[in-house]
Amino acid sequence: MGGRVALVTGASRGIGRAVAVALAADGHRVGVCFGSDAAAGAETCQSIESTGGEALAIQVDVSRPESVDAAFAQIEEAWGKVEVLVSNAGINRDGLVMRMGDAQWAEVLRTNLDGAFHAVRRATPGMVRARWGRIVLVGSVVALTGSPGQANYAAAKAGLIGLTRTVARELGSRGITVNLVAPGPITTAMTDALSDERKAQMTGQVPLGRFGTPEEVAAVVAFLCSDAAGYVSGAVLPVDGGMGMGH
Amino acid sequence: MDRATVLEQLTEVAVDVLGVDPGIVSETSSFKDDLDADSLDLVEVVMALEERFSISVPEDKLDGITTVGEAIDLVIGIAEPSEPAESTNPA
Repeated sequence: MGGRVALVTGASRGIGRAVAVALAADGHRVGVCFGSDAAAGAETCQSIESTGGEALAIQVDVSRPESVDAAFAQIEEAWGKVEVLVSNAGINRDGLVMRMGDAQWAEVLRTNLDGAFHAVRRATPGMVRARWGRIVLVGSVVALTGSPGQANYAAAKAGLIGLTRTVARELGSRGITVNLVAPGPITTAMTDALSDERKAQMTGQVPLGRFGTPEEVAAVVAFLCSDAAGYVSGAVLPVDGGMGMGH
Repeated sequence: MDRATVLEQLTEVAVDVLGVDPGIVSETSSFKDDLDADSLDLVEVVMALEERFSISVPEDKLDGITTVGEAIDLVIGIAEPSEPAESTNPA
């Protein structure tokens, strides 16, 4: 398994870090992209390197195409074309629609949706040329269920489904698979910020009765990035403890 | 930039990207019918040409490009904007 060149956005913590570690464990060399926390990005790299993996920490603002381009160029210079892309970088700026400001809306869309588009667009020419590629976008269960206070986040994550399935159709003939993993409530910094009451309420909606771990999401992402997943494309794969059943 | 050079480069690209025999590439070749290129192949050809000639091809200029000769006109037109593309397509 492995031996490919991978790039993971939002890899300094949470799900992205677990994905970077899982891909490295499969033998891939991993570009560890982080938005602002260089120390956390370095920690992800150390975690990979401590088990004999290869990692490269790169600062990138996914909302800016030129920043994404520079990150890819850095990976290409070090290891060659990116063959595995995991677009995971995401932020949330929660608030009820009635009180949601334009900037609050736009900031989340720019990072969570535009950011994925920028990364996918930059990654695909090399994959098309190689006639092989794996793209996994990290969405969310709320894209399809809705989530009070998360209009911007849910809209962006829902947009990723359309992006995933379109690119899956555009590039399927070139041996490129494109899939989306839709996590439910996962224990990360993003959900740590929720109130205990809200956490208990969410747990109550999960048949498995608990939050998931970043590693449980990463295992599914790593599978979708593997050769073994060669006939899975355009899938929206829930990793949500059953929370979204019926989508 | 002379047509022969562009044709030579485009032929190399077609061989590389489309996997065709260089002998079948001529000014009159239709990308779709003669070179068996789908829309994604054409994008790849265009991107390879952009790289080789250090040009940028606007999306709207691609409409109506169906033959190798038309693609050569396009490349020359963009690479040498001061001189209008010659319509010496010996079709």
